[in-house]
Amino acid sequence: MFDDFLIRAALAAIGLSLATGPLGAFVIWRKMAYFGDTIAHAAILGVAVSLAFSISIFVGTLLVSFGVGLLAANFTDTRRSMDSILGVLSYSALALGLVAISFVKGANIDLNALLFGDILTVTKANLVQVWAVSLLILALLAWRWTSLLTATLSEEIAASVGINSARERLVLTLALAIVVAVSLKVVGAMLIGAMLIIPAAAARGFSRSPEKMAGIAIVIGAFSGVGGVIASAVIDAPTGPSIVVVAAMVFVASQFVARDQK
Amino acid sequence: MRNLSLGKPDMSLIVAKGLGVSFNGRLVLDRVDFIISKGEIVTLVGPNGSGKTTLIRALLGIVKAHSGHIEQQPGLRIGYVPQKLAIDATMPMTVARFLALPSRQPKDQIGAVMARVGAENLEAQQMSSLSGGQFQRVLLARALLGKPDILMLDEATQGLDQQGIAAFYQLIEAVRTEIGCAILLVSHDLHVVMSTSDRVVCLNGHVCCEGSPKVVSQAPEYRELFGIGSGGVLALYRHEHDHNHDHPHNHVPRD
Repeated sequence: MFDDFLIRAALAAIGLSLATGPLGAFVIWRKMAYFGDTIAHAAILGVAVSLAFSISIFVGTLLVSFGVGLLAANFTDTRRSMDSILGVLSYSALALGLVAISFVKGANIDLNALLFGDILTVTKANLVQVWAVSLLILALLAWRWTSLLTATLSEEIAASVGINSARERLVLTLALAIVVAVSLKVVGAMLIGAMLIIPAAAARGFSRSPEKMAGIAIVIGAFSGVGGVIASAVIDAPTGPSIVVVAAMVFVASQFVARDQK
Repeated sequence: MRNLSLGKPDMSLIVAKGLGVSFNGRLVLDRVDFIISKGEIVTLVGPNGSGKTTLIRALLGIVKAHSGHIEQQPGLRIGYVPQKLAIDATMPMTVARFLALPSRQPKDQIGAVMARVGAENLEAQQMSSLSGGQFQRVLLARALLGKPDILMLDEATQGLDQQGIAAFYQLIEAVRTEIGCAILLVSHDLHVVMSTSDRVVCLNGHVCCEGSPKVVSQAPEYRELFGIGSGGVLALYRHEHDHNHDHPHNHVPRD
């Protein structure tokens, strides 16, 4: 009963969860939600840059998001008021991107798709890209897992055992930029943050270890993706936001279930 | 490096010479010399903002010094006990999982260390559910599992009462005797220090003074002051500053 494009959409959402689940857990643990949003918003500027220089949108958004991420990370290092700096960076990048896109000649860009995703038009090539990149991120996080976890707990403990926290922060910034670049098509720049945070936050109540929380976040993300695609087809609603709504409903449910377990 | 008066060169674990660190143009550490040798207990005291944390972070290599240099004995194993962890209820973490950072240790060894620090049967508990005292002991256990040459404790006794502090110092002392590691204790308490400290270093941007603590006498007023049962592990440190500052700061306790 389901068309190919729906199956491709669901598969794309499942693939993306492999990366957003564990990465989202780190975003929550390190209180990087605003930081993640900043990197996501920068992707719109990345699209403008890609169009202006006729390079692949994936590469353009990846470069700009990573660049803005480095800039933001640099500010958080010096313990200045992070909140306001991130706010300035985040919305400046978004607004600048929107302005820049309007100036790119002959560009037929669907802004709605950039901001909220266009998962139903995911092609087989897109699908391969999403899965390949997500598996790469998952492998990167698995490889760095102990170092990332230790650096998250205490910079000093990390240093005492020879782990460089600055390097691990760089790994996370890079991973975030890559995930943002690959998920622009799926959920859009405005909703990537939701896919990072909501499944991981919902997973917290069911987890007794960091690894379980990351794993359960993948499952919840994938479930929300599939559920959102089906729901949007049934009730004829935009798909990206539907995925986030399902994730939010799982989060609310998790609050009750987790409470019962105590 | 070779002409430092303290400690034999081959025995020194960490040597810092002429350390200068500044943040945003403000000098936090100014020409600080620091050395800690094998098996030595050094207490680093200083008021808030005196650069204690910065010195530790510089010794660990987190903060880059703009002048001077630091030498660590090659292959030095550091056991670091932080004041707290940057996690809250958002990260699920059992004690057993925490003890496996950065690498998993044999079960019997974990059991032995946990028994040694008096934190038996806590492995299945969440870190967030531990009491202050239990939490400190688990942090210490994790550091000990790495078989450190030097144990660094950053304000490890904060939040403990006098008796708790005495008990913790007794534990540290016993552990030092057993495994022979050096100990670097950071404390904001300027006057009451661990009595077995070989040296007390008073820091306030620069090294103000250095010396050994006076053992607390058994006089009743001291016993009262430090609580019964401290067992002589606490001692007074008398600051002997041979210089004056042109900027105001005090070394007296704020009552």
